[in-house]
Amino acid sequence: MEKLSKGSKLYLALVFVVLYAPILFLVFYSFNSGGTMTNFESFTLEHYKAVFDDTRLINILINTVVVALLSALISTMIGTLGAIGIVSIRNHKLRNTVLSLNNILIVSPDVIIGASFLILFTMVGVNLGFSSVLLAHVAFSIPIVVIMVLPKLQEMNSSLIDAALDLGASRRDILTRVILPYIKPGIFAGFFLALTYSLDDFAVTFFVTGNGFSTLSVEIYSMARAGVSLTVNAISGLVFFVTMLLVLGYYFITNRSKGARGSEVPK
Amino acid sequence: MRNNKNSPFTLVPYYLWIALFVIAPIILVVYYSLLDLNGNFTFANYQNFFTGVYLKMTLSSFWYAFLITVFSLLVSYPTAYLITKTKQKQLWLILIIIPSWINLLLKTYAFIGIFGMSGPINAVLKTIGIPEQQILFTDASFVFVAVYIFIPFMILPIFNALDKLNPALIYASRDLGASKLTTFRRVILPLTMNGVKSGIQAVFIPSLSLFMITRLIAGNRVITLGTAIEQQFLVTQNWGMGSTIAVFLILFMFIIMLLTGQKEKGASQNGKAK
Repeated sequence: MEKLSKGSKLYLALVFVVLYAPILFLVFYSFNSGGTMTNFESFTLEHYKAVFDDTRLINILINTVVVALLSALISTMIGTLGAIGIVSIRNHKLRNTVLSLNNILIVSPDVIIGASFLILFTMVGVNLGFSSVLLAHVAFSIPIVVIMVLPKLQEMNSSLIDAALDLGASRRDILTRVILPYIKPGIFAGFFLALTYSLDDFAVTFFVTGNGFSTLSVEIYSMARAGVSLTVNAISGLVFFVTMLLVLGYYFITNRSKGARGSEVPK
Repeated sequence: MRNNKNSPFTLVPYYLWIALFVIAPIILVVYYSLLDLNGNFTFANYQNFFTGVYLKMTLSSFWYAFLITVFSLLVSYPTAYLITKTKQKQLWLILIIIPSWINLLLKTYAFIGIFGMSGPINAVLKTIGIPEQQILFTDASFVFVAVYIFIPFMILPIFNALDKLNPALIYASRDLGASKLTTFRRVILPLTMNGVKSGIQAVFIPSLSLFMITRLIAGNRVITLGTAIEQQFLVTQNWGMGSTIAVFLILFMFIIMLLTGQKEKGASQNGKAK
């Protein structure tokens, strides 16, 4: 392997600086007592205090987290069961059709998903608010979970199931004691990805949320349209911190399950 | 794994999801595109689409998406290539991915401050003697921010393709007397084309439908297909016209996916899903 030349190192360094500068810029000015993103006067935590004193903002934060957790949980359940069902489809044509349908929401632009769900919810009569946002998030997370779980199922040896059947396991036993433990890493990965998709979503939520309900992304949008407010900077400081925790958590869980996979015996 | 016993009941909620949230929305969008403001059946929306205003908007939307994709590719390919050459490439890759996990709105908001009249860019310009510029609300700032947002999504598939490339092929090409440039052009690039195609897919389609960045950074100067749909649905409340634009966006999406579609063989990174 050749060593990286100085120019290459410089290029890489530049890319990383550009990638991280805006985020650090936001977090840096969240500690500014000056009230603008231009000159740094002195260190303060008042903007963070303002976030926590604002009950409306705290409510929105709670909404965002509740929607993310619930939608990730529900979509993980439906997606995992769906993936288990998909691998058992024998008919190749049907299987490929189902997989193509699965991928439609992954490649569709957010605006299309948002607009079509808005039509759907209005037609069916779902109240625009918490329930519509939750349903939408569940809907666009399911295919991601399927994509994360499928490879695990495909690499699973079918003789494991035959063995379980021979030993007298019921259908339920096979699902809960053989299949689910084996595909656990895929399920976790799917859950985390669904969580981040939900936390990060703006466009779909923007379409299907009514007047009374708001998530963090939608709120930041309306705040940013009104101009610079260092409260948004404080929120980004918090979001950055939580994101890093999630990344570390995800890394820890996937690595641990990777290490434990060989020795894992279903009890 | 072949086991038929679990399929009937585990697939029920999943099929329900497909019917309700994949098939029904597409049908509804097509249906609404055929309605006028009063809910009567009409082709007027389609006629409208082919008038000057919407065609011009579609063209400019494609032009911006093209610019964003090209710049993302120009930045991402060398970056992905250099990362595969580093010692701890997985760690560097994670560092590339982390910014894409930070809320999109916050990253966009950061540029309102950075590009502002008294922001750091203008401060740097001032010290080298250039007077303050209006950077925000220009086409260039819009393209820059969009490229910034999309770079990780372009780097990832290209990195995967480069990482799978057998280095023996490069050594062979060098041994046989090919220059660095020829090796790149005739060996590396063709073998990583699938990664590039996935990257283009991941950037071009979302670029067509951006609407938040256009509003915040370009200040309504840039109208993409996404902005137009949002405008028709949430501001003008003309769902028929909005759905018509959405139908065309879906069509464009399929065409782009066909053009950048991957053949079964080769180093496709999402081949398993197909």
